[in-house]
Amino acid sequence: MTIATVALVSIGAHPASGRARRAEQDARAVELGLELAGESLHVLHAGNPHEPALRAYLGMGLDELHVLEQPDGADAVPVLRDYIREAGVQLVLTGSQAETGEGSGMLPYLLAEELGWPLLVGVAQIESIHNGVAQVLQALPRGQRRRLQVRLPFLVTVDNAAPKARQSAYGPATRGLVNAEVVEIVTDELSTTGVLQPARPRPKRLKVIKAKSGADRMKAATAKAAGGSGQVHTGLSAQAGAEVILKLLIEEGVVR
Amino acid sequence: MLNFLLPILLFAALVLAFIGAVRRMNMWRRGRPSKVDLLGGLLAMPRRYMVDLHHVVARDKYMANTHVATAGGFVLAAVLAILVHGLGLHNRILGYVLLLATALMFVGALFVFKRRLNPPSRLSKGPWMRLPKSLLVFSASFFVLTLPVAGVLPEGFGGWALAAVLALGVLWGVSELFFGMTWGGPMKHAFAGALHLAWHRRAERFGGGRSTGLKPLNLNDRNAPLGVEKPKDFTWNQLLGFDACVQCGKCEAACPAFAAGQPLNPKKLIQDMVVGLAGGTDAHFAGSPYPGKPIGEHGGNPHQPIVNGLVDADTLWSCTTCRACVEECPMMIEHVDAIVDMRRFLTLEKGATPNNGAQVLDNLIATDNPGGFAPGGRMNWAADLNLDLMRDKPAADVLFWVGDGAFDMRNQRTLRAFVKVLKAARINFAVLGLEERDSGDVARRLGDEATFQALAKRNIQTLGQYSFQRIVTCDPHSFHVLKNEYGAFGGDYLVQHHSTYMAELISAGLLNLAADAGGSVTYHDPCYLGRYNGEYEAPRAVLRALGIEVKEMQRSGFRSRCCGGGGGAPITDIPGKQRIPDMRMDDIRETGAERVAVGCPQCTAMLEGVVEPRPQIKDIAELVADALIEDSAPAKPARRAEPEVIA
Repeated sequence: MTIATVALVSIGAHPASGRARRAEQDARAVELGLELAGESLHVLHAGNPHEPALRAYLGMGLDELHVLEQPDGADAVPVLRDYIREAGVQLVLTGSQAETGEGSGMLPYLLAEELGWPLLVGVAQIESIHNGVAQVLQALPRGQRRRLQVRLPFLVTVDNAAPKARQSAYGPATRGLVNAEVVEIVTDELSTTGVLQPARPRPKRLKVIKAKSGADRMKAATAKAAGGSGQVHTGLSAQAGAEVILKLLIEEGVVR
Repeated sequence: MLNFLLPILLFAALVLAFIGAVRRMNMWRRGRPSKVDLLGGLLAMPRRYMVDLHHVVARDKYMANTHVATAGGFVLAAVLAILVHGLGLHNRILGYVLLLATALMFVGALFVFKRRLNPPSRLSKGPWMRLPKSLLVFSASFFVLTLPVAGVLPEGFGGWALAAVLALGVLWGVSELFFGMTWGGPMKHAFAGALHLAWHRRAERFGGGRSTGLKPLNLNDRNAPLGVEKPKDFTWNQLLGFDACVQCGKCEAACPAFAAGQPLNPKKLIQDMVVGLAGGTDAHFAGSPYPGKPIGEHGGNPHQPIVNGLVDADTLWSCTTCRACVEECPMMIEHVDAIVDMRRFLTLEKGATPNNGAQVLDNLIATDNPGGFAPGGRMNWAADLNLDLMRDKPAADVLFWVGDGAFDMRNQRTLRAFVKVLKAARINFAVLGLEERDSGDVARRLGDEATFQALAKRNIQTLGQYSFQRIVTCDPHSFHVLKNEYGAFGGDYLVQHHSTYMAELISAGLLNLAADAGGSVTYHDPCYLGRYNGEYEAPRAVLRALGIEVKEMQRSGFRSRCCGGGGGAPITDIPGKQRIPDMRMDDIRETGAERVAVGCPQCTAMLEGVVEPRPQIKDIAELVADALIEDSAPAKPARRAEPEVIA
């Protein structure tokens, strides 16, 4: 069986009520997939197939949804990796970060690493796919877009720059099928042994507005962040480039 | 010669009429089944026609008298013509009665003709312009034909020439009035109308009753269609109801969306449904189009989806569900039911609720309020009011249903004013607090029956835990839904609008009120309080008790114009030429009143959205609270110890 396009979805949580729902970004990934692949889009979830909120994805007009059944605390990466490899997937779409669970945003990176695929983050649109090469529009801050050409297969994450997810309709949501598949359960050591504690909000830097006129304020609001001490290195070998980066990381205390 | 020709003409027309009737009935039967008392309905029909329908028609005296003369004359003339000229019963007395009947019909038809000389834009033209002439020809021909029968003129007067003219006249007359009735001519309204009255889907409306709650969808039956996609998805008696339309355009004249230039005309919508049930295009429609949409580009048949064939989606989403069309319709057609049925399909099957619709529905599912506010903030407006919660009370006289206005800062002023009134009257009342959820009104009008039913069932479950005498609310939408639409799910309560309740408190002498001194006042009837629930008097009684003489608007009471805020219209936000609340504010300005009293959070929001300078908008509760003469209130006992847990 060959599946061309897969959207990975998770269970979300409404920011105001905390109630389970379709995850905002994952729904946008499904939307992107539906626009690209239509009915042949394969939507995949690793977790509990009996969660009613999953049906909200079916309500977007899908006939079925595939679930790799796992309990809480199981590691989704290895099962997804095996599934994607065996099914001959060419393109994987997913949200940037889950709204529930760890929500570390690491899954796309780990999955891409294990699959050995390129990962494109913050994709706004997949413009075309011809002869195994996709033309992709990536969203950058302040409304900028970067056009990339990537060879299949690859993995894409979307955030709020991607098109808004279509409405989930009750009819298709109740009729759609949830196909659960039994998979080997791999316990995620980090999330089961680690202790979760609420994040402490980072103190915010006070924004001192020096602008005297509206035009100045507009400029301050829209100007690119001034890097200041940034350096541009061009024409370096991979080795030399890596050394420059490592030096910076040591200076900044990221690597010790 | 005529003695030989007339029976043939008459009976041929009757046979054709019969064939047409069977054909038409088969068209209606393409619809889904609906439980109706067939025989009882037929027996009740004459009364429904003479009393209930006449009540509506009699609002326009000219037309009522014209119709009584024309239709009464015609029915009598038709029966007697068959007896006298069809069966050859040449009895003098019958002849005189027939003369009288045709004369009456002729006089009526003259007035129809006069009305058609310069018809108002709401009337359909086309074949309807022909109808008065047909009526005149029919009545005149049979009048002259009957003169010999009555013995006024000798048999065979006038010779061949007159006989030929009369034969042609009879041919024209019976074509229009006998078989035109069942083959889709203007007279179809009489045939379909009579059966529509007999088998109406809301029989409760007759005999002075009221039936305004939407009918629930059966969500447990997986095979039942979710709303209406194709004309055949309507119930058969809905299809019959569409066929009863006389195209008088009373609905068009009352429709706020049509007046605002939004692409909706209730009359055209019903005619489009007729096109849908019979098959064809709207090219023959001879009335006003949907504003901004030319005629002749849409068509369909019973088995083809309605939206984007027969009707565009924005037409359906323009409706504010204000029921002005239903109130005006002399044929008692249910426009709003049809619109919501079609919306249900769009929302439940297509996921095509326009503009902010999808987000509002998602919010209702996730947070129980349309704004998506954290449910824990529902009682923030009353943080300092020490309100009793039902949860802490064994029983209360009044359950104060707060509604989603709790999240709206403007409406919070109304809520606080009403609490002040309740406290002044020393009422034993309590609120549900965080256990209250949206009533489901907006979800239901947007076609999301599933979310409505989920909210309704959970609210009913919550209400079932507590003991109270009645529910009082400041929101006519919650009021309507709790009163009329929860019953189908097992929730039957005594529900009152706060204006009704305050009127009771005032007449019981529980409120000590000073005269209002804030200037002149007009009153805006909310659709969901007035037309939906018939409460026109209580708010006016409250205003009278404040010493206010209401400067009535031309469109008030059952003719009140919608503020534009109902039916999810502000959410779907279909563009038009002007805004409905601006038109309503013009109505208000016309009275010269300095303030407008309202009784609905939606109306308040819509009218306050009109740019200043404009009259001030005050909820009735605010006016009463301002006029309260308070004596020193006793201190309240200490409150419950443990804080409420957020659901």
